[in-house]
Amino acid sequence: MSAIDDSRPIFIQIAELVESEIVAGTMAEETQVPSTNEFAAYYRINPATAAKGVNLLVERGILYKKRGIGMFVSSGAREKLLQIRRSAFQVQYIQPLAREARKLGIDGDQLSDMVRQSLAAAAAEGSVIQ
Amino acid sequence: MRHPSEPAIEVRNLKKSFRDVTALDGVTLALEPDRIYGLLGRNGAGKTTLMSILTGQGFPSSGEVLIHGTDPYENDGTLARICFIRESQKYPEDFTPAQAFKAAALFFAHWDQELADGLVADFALPLTRRIKKLSRGQLSAVGVIIGMASRAEITVFDEPYLGLDAVARQIFYDRLVEDFARHPRTIVLSSHLIDEIANLLEHVVVIDKGRILLDEDADSLRGSAVAVTGNREAVEGFIGGYRVLHRDALGSLASVTIQGRLGQTQRSMAAELGLELSPVPLQQLVVRTTMAAQAETPLENHQEALK
Repeated sequence: MSAIDDSRPIFIQIAELVESEIVAGTMAEETQVPSTNEFAAYYRINPATAAKGVNLLVERGILYKKRGIGMFVSSGAREKLLQIRRSAFQVQYIQPLAREARKLGIDGDQLSDMVRQSLAAAAAEGSVIQ
Repeated sequence: MRHPSEPAIEVRNLKKSFRDVTALDGVTLALEPDRIYGLLGRNGAGKTTLMSILTGQGFPSSGEVLIHGTDPYENDGTLARICFIRESQKYPEDFTPAQAFKAAALFFAHWDQELADGLVADFALPLTRRIKKLSRGQLSAVGVIIGMASRAEITVFDEPYLGLDAVARQIFYDRLVEDFARHPRTIVLSSHLIDEIANLLEHVVVIDKGRILLDEDADSLRGSAVAVTGNREAVEGFIGGYRVLHRDALGSLASVTIQGRLGQTQRSMAAELGLELSPVPLQQLVVRTTMAAQAETPLENHQEALK
């Protein structure tokens, strides 16, 4: 799952990876997250860069520091991230989808049918978010 | 971080000429303590000359060098805190790796034998074979082991990977991250294999024809350029005003790499124009920047063959 790409700031990618784990529930609230040195070793990145990514999440209140122990996921972090992602959903996913659909001559009704079908398929796979 | 305000190495307006060849042409740099720097540039750009001076092993023709705030040529203690592993590091003729490590242990105050032993095992280095009988890769391993186990406050590797295969290079990078995390120090890596080391670097310095082209935080460089692809006229209209690093064209299709960060408005505008925006990896960014600079400044009295 080493998914660092070299064309975007790495500290932001580290923050996003942690956020995704929290959204997916693999990093539960009030549990400890790996140390920056563990992140650095795992993703083979500079420890200072890993620390920068983790600190970004501390600033946003997603993680908090327990002195002398390490970093933990804040209570309510998952809900907070879900809200952020939901509000970014339109710009990030729907607008490009609409543009591509228009380019291909797919109209609104066809598009909503396709979305409905895909939603049903995702539900059958067992989606994480209820 | 000991003195976050005091650079580990600071050089000002360094010049170095060999007869009529200018190797360094006004280099000013400050390397902060406890960071990993990448020194990148083409062959003959002046990397090795610069590293020799940064480590107090070479003299500039003019300019100032301060290592930990003092003049390295007048301060005996400074050199024992610096480890410079050259690309073709020389060892006494009849030495074995074991003897080379023993000598290094005497010289470097922070030498860590356990780390050295671990690396010897990782690289499967024959300890009692004479160094002159070692393969190119094994010779590089000796340098890597001395450089890492020295735990010197300033450690400089000049293309340390020659002859090392992909697995051995990965071992080097992994051990470097691990050990740096536990024992932060100033590390300079010069390399052609930019994409292999890109993720390890905190700061990137690009040198070309003896001049510094780029001196920037690696993460701020990532995302500082963008490739705009689409209909040629639309692309040209969109990129007006930006510095162009590179152009590719295929029929009516154009792809232009520009320097600059695009905001949300510009991104939406590009999308409406049917233009595709793609990020530029660090390796490509360094190559594009170097090539753009070379196109902008004509070659002067500098010889490409200079090493």
